[in-house]
Amino acid sequence: MTISTGSPWHGSMQEPAGGADLDARRAVEAYMLPSAEPVRLVDPEGRHVHNDTYPLPDGGALLSAYRELVVGRRVNDQANALVRQGRMAVYPSSHGQEACQVAAALCLGAGDWLFPTYRDTVAVLARGVDPIQALTLLRGDWHSGYDPYEHNVSIQATPLATQLLHAVGVAHAAKLRGENTVVLAMCGDGATSEGDFHEALNFAAVFHLPVVFFVQNNQYAISVPLSRQSVAPSLAHKAVGYGMPGERVDGNDLAALLAVLGKAVDRARDGGGPALVEAHTYRMQSHTNADDATRYRTDDEVAQWVPRDPLQRMRTYLSELKLLDGAVEEDIAGEAERVATALRDGLNAETQVDPEDLFRHVFSEQTSQLREQAAKLREELSREEPSAHGSGA
Amino acid sequence: MGTTLTFAKALNTALADEMEADPTVVVFGEDVGALGGVFRITDGLTARFGEERCFDTPLAESGIMGMAVGMAMNGLRPVVEMQFDAFAYPAFEQVVSHVAKMPNRTRGKVKLPLVIRIPYAGGIGGVEHHCDSSESYYAHTPGLTVVSPATVPDAYTMLREAIRHPDPVVFLEPKKLYWSKEDLELEALRSSAGSFGRAVVAREGTDATLITYGPSVSTALNAAAAAAEEGRSLEVVDVRSIVPFDDETVSASVRKTGRAVVIAEAPGFASVASEIVARVQERCFHSLAAPVLRVTGFDIPYPAPKLEHFYLPSVDRILDAVDELQWEDA
Repeated sequence: MTISTGSPWHGSMQEPAGGADLDARRAVEAYMLPSAEPVRLVDPEGRHVHNDTYPLPDGGALLSAYRELVVGRRVNDQANALVRQGRMAVYPSSHGQEACQVAAALCLGAGDWLFPTYRDTVAVLARGVDPIQALTLLRGDWHSGYDPYEHNVSIQATPLATQLLHAVGVAHAAKLRGENTVVLAMCGDGATSEGDFHEALNFAAVFHLPVVFFVQNNQYAISVPLSRQSVAPSLAHKAVGYGMPGERVDGNDLAALLAVLGKAVDRARDGGGPALVEAHTYRMQSHTNADDATRYRTDDEVAQWVPRDPLQRMRTYLSELKLLDGAVEEDIAGEAERVATALRDGLNAETQVDPEDLFRHVFSEQTSQLREQAAKLREELSREEPSAHGSGA
Repeated sequence: MGTTLTFAKALNTALADEMEADPTVVVFGEDVGALGGVFRITDGLTARFGEERCFDTPLAESGIMGMAVGMAMNGLRPVVEMQFDAFAYPAFEQVVSHVAKMPNRTRGKVKLPLVIRIPYAGGIGGVEHHCDSSESYYAHTPGLTVVSPATVPDAYTMLREAIRHPDPVVFLEPKKLYWSKEDLELEALRSSAGSFGRAVVAREGTDATLITYGPSVSTALNAAAAAAEEGRSLEVVDVRSIVPFDDETVSASVRKTGRAVVIAEAPGFASVASEIVARVQERCFHSLAAPVLRVTGFDIPYPAPKLEHFYLPSVDRILDAVDELQWEDA
């Protein structure tokens, strides 16, 4: 592998503001500002809304994306059920946010990278990762169950915003090698308060890297509302402070998400540098099954978001276009059911965990200390095996 | 023909040689570009290898560390400089939660061959936050390889080995040694096989073992020289690698001498020195003629420059500890 030396290292150097340059500067800043309202191409009633900047994706693309949307909703429902049945420790559901999940996966090419959070399982699956491997973390068999290099999907991060910097590093390495890779890095509204969010956006901007930062603003960080995270005009406005464009989009509008994220990805791939996209959405369920959302928000508030559901409006829109009819719906439902069945079967199957694994991957070459400790555990287990616990020896 | 090299120049040469040998090695941090680092360890690297291989970053240590993780995930071998021991703390979450754990989390699918260079420890009259001995934080974190050279040849070979290592390495550079000089055969060193992960006997002796690393090795050698004048033969073991720890070399020495003192600059409570004492007692109890003692920093924040000589392990304090090792002739 060699590092290319042809590409410009830094982004455009900023000139000091002055007389004739001032108008140009203002124009640059205005271009970085997000639109006045979140971009919307299909409204909650399923009608197309014209937008001068963002054309509506074609019907075929929308139909394939809708298919993923239905599957994603089914995955969320099935995963919740599996937690109730004790098959997984916990599941942070993206119910209501599936349009964001699907668009994040579909806007990328095969060689691009996705950096998901713990709530982004549907995005991980839409990118092609095996569902059972993806749920290994939440099932408790291991920390991450899939090979990040198989689909260029990093492990699902549970610390907040730390993965954004890893995304920056992957993009930086790709740029140094002259590869045409784009990295999409996901986080939530709460994570924008973390220091690593700031450092990641600043590094990406300073080194002019092809990273699209995608914030799903679902209004809550566990129990804490957005108003306690930020009083900025919007989270997308933060982009201007880093010298990159920000955009906000209706996070329950699959068409708008595909258009906005698609444009940001294209721009990054063409050498335009990073961008920040904020999706306005809502976490319809509790943080996880261990949370109780009734302690910090009202049923009325949740009810207001029900008619904005991402599935319903896309179903209406595609039906109006005659792209969706009963037969296609049935076909999609069948696929969703197959995925759900695979999840159920996979998670109901008993798995074996190997205590030797505890020591196997800490270092490339096991240290003498870990060899001793593994031997000790092995010896301990060999003593336990013959008699079951509680035999009252 | 030998060359006289400072510790700093040996590190600089190691970086240059490894960058020459491996195009995936990139060096970055704060002031490492045009300035060549506040200690000049990266001097000339940008001029020689270009801005893409050695570059300054925004002033943000977590950003430096997190970006290094991503670069290592994507085929590079980053060598990052944390400007001073205490200035590495903003990167702590990245180090502990990601650098150390990523290979384990992914069952070895993701390897992170990166080096975190940290100038550490005191003895240079530095103001606060510039003299911490932070090795225990890293040594306590499973997944990190933690090493500290104490000689000019080790500065060169250990840094090259650290860069070639498949796992993340915390490379602790005793900053008081940066200006120390040694004559060495650089070409011979370039082709010599190192002994990464192993301790060495830095001075042979028969009566007691001084176990130490990094900045305290030279102090221990001075103590051994002083003791020899009084007729006491002290062996000095330079641990070199804190993680993995070379129990074999350390235990062999203590079993031979029957007495041991562990020396380190860091506060002694819950420290690497404590760990070494515990390991020696567990392994060498029946060979010991006296309890294993420690000479460490006091359990206080690192002192102001005019007070640091009260704090640092000294030859006298080491010899006092040796005197307490229950000698039959006492």
